Amino acid sequence: MGNFMNLFIALIIAAITYGTPLLFGTLGETLTEKSGNLNLGVEGIMFMGGALGLGGVFYYEKAAGAGANGLVAVVIGVLCAFLAGVLASLIFSFLTITLRANQNVTGLALSIFGTGVGQFAGEYMRVRENGYISIGNHLKTFFQNSPFPDVLQKIPVVGGVLFGNSVFFYLGLMLAAGMFFFLNRTRTGLYLRSVGESPATADAAGIAVERYKYLATVIGGGISAVGGMVYIMTIAGCVWNHEGLSGVGWLAVALVIFCMWRPLSAIWGSVLFGALMILYLRLVLPFIPTQIYKILPYVVTVVVLIVSSMRNNKEKQPPASLGLAYFREDR
Amino acid sequence: MNHEKKTPLIRLAKRDGMEGWKIWCIRCGAVLFALLLGALVMGLVGANPFTAYGAMVSGALGKKSAIRQTVKIAVPLLGCALAIAPCFKMRFWNIGAEGQITAGAIAASYFALFWADRLPAPVLLTVMGVAGAVGGGFWALIPAFFKARWNTNETLFTLMMNYIVIGVVQWLQGGPWEGRKGSQIIPQFDEAACLPRVFGIHCGWIIVLVLVVFMHIYMNYTKHGYEISVIGDSVNTARYAGMNVGWVMMRTMFLSGAISGIVGFIVASGANNTLYDGVAGGVGFTSITVAWLSQLNAFAMVGISVLLAVLSKGAETLQTRMAVPASISDIITGILLFCMLGCEFFIHYRLIFRKKKEARNG
Repeated sequence: MGNFMNLFIALIIAAITYGTPLLFGTLGETLTEKSGNLNLGVEGIMFMGGALGLGGVFYYEKAAGAGANGLVAVVIGVLCAFLAGVLASLIFSFLTITLRANQNVTGLALSIFGTGVGQFAGEYMRVRENGYISIGNHLKTFFQNSPFPDVLQKIPVVGGVLFGNSVFFYLGLMLAAGMFFFLNRTRTGLYLRSVGESPATADAAGIAVERYKYLATVIGGGISAVGGMVYIMTIAGCVWNHEGLSGVGWLAVALVIFCMWRPLSAIWGSVLFGALMILYLRLVLPFIPTQIYKILPYVVTVVVLIVSSMRNNKEKQPPASLGLAYFREDR
Repeated sequence: MNHEKKTPLIRLAKRDGMEGWKIWCIRCGAVLFALLLGALVMGLVGANPFTAYGAMVSGALGKKSAIRQTVKIAVPLLGCALAIAPCFKMRFWNIGAEGQITAGAIAASYFALFWADRLPAPVLLTVMGVAGAVGGGFWALIPAFFKARWNTNETLFTLMMNYIVIGVVQWLQGGPWEGRKGSQIIPQFDEAACLPRVFGIHCGWIIVLVLVVFMHIYMNYTKHGYEISVIGDSVNTARYAGMNVGWVMMRTMFLSGAISGIVGFIVASGANNTLYDGVAGGVGFTSITVAWLSQLNAFAMVGISVLLAVLSKGAETLQTRMAVPASISDIITGILLFCMLGCEFFIHYRLIFRKKKEARNG
């Protein structure tokens, strides 16, 4: 029994590790979609965030040498990734909001562009630095180890799960709570949701629709990009690994639907998806091929999508104008 | 008195329609601008843009073998863009072409792997093509059914369907269809199951060109095409006119999936001679941009898919000759798409700057 318990706890901790990048990706995309913008470029945004975040930390370490401060490195990583995401989603916003291009097509173009930029930057740095980009062990610990003291982590059973995760998981938790509060308890959040539901109504009420869309998309893109950086720095071991990162962005898009656009559900949703991502390594059942585990997140998402459309519950729907353009003059 | 301040600096007005040559000037300008931005990127990483572009063009079109490779890349792009066009015309955002290609490839591969010794080559290839079409069509029909019945969001649904079917291929690769135990590879098709070559390229290019003509006629000169465009303009109008919108949606999606499935058959049988999880390899997504940029015009798609194919083949040459990572083709493709998406705005709208005199008089 104890053995089983240990396995289970190890699984949860691994699930949290794999879920954390998804959590950021999902929260960012949720914010974006709440404004009615369906940004399908998350995959590209996360690639850019991963590559540029890694690059930022790498060059910081190179410049600072032995005196590199872990905390500063984490901040630099987050900032670089965030800026990369901001830049990417700024392109998206400019094209879809100002120049009125189709959101689906622009998002896919951003995916192509972003994965290209990420891969290019990753490979280019590798070639320039003679073959290998890696962060020193000293800094790595700041990205990968828990910020809490050992005493808390050693608490039996719950210690590891509650206090043993990387700093980013706790940042993600705070972000999710903050976003929940923002969307559901503040006036600005209400305005943002109204822009996503019915931009014409919001416009008539005097809300600056374009500004809300821009800000939500750009900040959301930045948050998603941090997820890419988290993946590279924790799971990929501070090395550029485009194969590992590919697909995470699409999984985040799926997760937004699975969580029904609710930030707090994104927490357990991302842990669940994280578990599904690694379950095939830990829990090998006879008769169930390992590859089938990998499609489970998508199957589950499709089921959620179908059920929610059948039940037609007003609380659990995509933002009503999701993916639709709003131009005041078109009415 | 405050009127002057309230007039925005830039106003927009819809254009009534522009002369054809002007439209093409704007579009060509956008392409040039994109290439200029691409040159900037190359300059940033220390490659001479002129030699780099030269290497790309000669790498993609310089030799006969290079042209063959380029055409090989363009064929699935074009075929898939044709498949997507009717859906997008209907404003049905089918972004599941990636999965529909894969589903078609699975269905075709089944016959290639297990029926190759029982059927003569022409029959086998026909059966594979039909199986590919049916496979892709049914895969596309699932989201269409739910959209028609319960208005399930088709963008997200079709997107998810991609990864499900790709996972199925991974399972086939490692399980039931695996060749040598532990290889994770499906064996090469029998000679009879591979598309014959015409001018050194698998004859998929002929199929796709036939499809170009077919789609052009289907979209512009048939009742089906008319229904599609009415639904795209206004679902309510279509309903009022007595069209069965759900039925048209399902029919169109089946057709779209079927063409994607045929592309899957072409790629698996003609280009790869086997099935693997990268059979679609992003074509489903890139072709959406191809379809959209050509304004859903079948003939324009030929040009754009060739352009993107040249970029992607050229980038490979760039990597071997100048040590620039081949992913630069994705960057340039992305920039090109952004510019062309953006330029449509200037075709449809006119910018009016605030004039001092106008404001004073007003």
